[in-house]
Amino acid sequence: MSEPDDALSSGALDAREDHAPGDEPMEDAGHWVRYANLGLGFSVILTVAAFLIPEADILYAPAIPAALLVLAIAQMGVHLVFFLHITTGPDNTNNVLALAFGLLVVFLIVAGSLWIMSHLSHNMMPPAQAVMRMPL
Amino acid sequence: MTDAPLPAARETIRRVREDPHRLGHRDLHAREAIAGTGHGATGPAHKRVLVGYGFWIFLLSDIVMFACFFAAFAVQRGATAGGPALREIIDVHRVAWETAALLLSSYTCGLSFAATNARKLVATQAFLLITGLLGLVFVGLELSEFIDLAGRGFVPQRSGMLTAFFGLVGLHGLHVTLAGLWLLTMMAQVQVKGFRPEIVHRLICFNLFWHALDIVWIGIFTIVYLLGAAT
Repeated sequence: MSEPDDALSSGALDAREDHAPGDEPMEDAGHWVRYANLGLGFSVILTVAAFLIPEADILYAPAIPAALLVLAIAQMGVHLVFFLHITTGPDNTNNVLALAFGLLVVFLIVAGSLWIMSHLSHNMMPPAQAVMRMPL
Repeated sequence: MTDAPLPAARETIRRVREDPHRLGHRDLHAREAIAGTGHGATGPAHKRVLVGYGFWIFLLSDIVMFACFFAAFAVQRGATAGGPALREIIDVHRVAWETAALLLSSYTCGLSFAATNARKLVATQAFLLITGLLGLVFVGLELSEFIDLAGRGFVPQRSGMLTAFFGLVGLHGLHVTLAGLWLLTMMAQVQVKGFRPEIVHRLICFNLFWHALDIVWIGIFTIVYLLGAAT
């Protein structure tokens, strides 16, 4: 038998090709355990690396902040995939789109705040100088 | 595909499922609509997909709130007003233990949901309990840090940096505390009501929440603690 027919006759798809809201597919525990193990493994590696890098003398010092940020972003990705189960599957399209929008908002808030506030503090001259220059 | 004729109803299903435009390929197997995803002719999405999506939207709004606190911290980082610098208030050793506790709790939380999917009551409860205890360890360590800092006179009122620091880290600690209360509620509900669909949906949401808190903690231990200690 070919795949679509197997899918039809097994429980993976409803044989009536129609289901009411609330119908649930059965889930097995296997891939959840495997994902949790993989997630923990990757996370431990990335976390240990993040805590060791500033202390161990293996990295060019000015590169340490960048390395830490890279490790953090990688670990967030690991968590999204292995713990939050964000996939590219069709049942996840909406989640991924929402995540993309959320990341855009987060970027705008953080980068925008830093940008504006750095300009603001740049414009803050020492008071005496500022007063002298200020036209009356 | 075999050439054996399909029953009439299945033949219809096959045609309905097929991409009507058959873009890019003439292969019947590919591009098949999957039941329960809410795409195409296969009916509405499964309830668990919808519940997860709705809660995901809430989580993203929560993360946007955390982004505001992160932005405030990034701006106020150097605003010490003659008080302690960020480097002086950080105990990397304690943060490592906090991180270990929260990461392991994320792991046991994932295992508890695997047990939920297998409908194993005892395993679900046991892993939820371990998750809660690890969360308690985390909150306890964070409280001891705050008490320690306050004892040295480093309170939120001292400087803009300390305000942002206590705000960001404290907000996360508050989230973990509330999630712990939610966890106890879920343990009671699972015990009393069993694996009814709505209980499983609440467990899905709780799992998402707990893992999202761990993601926020990754940002905090990297940006506040490790970067603060390194620079």
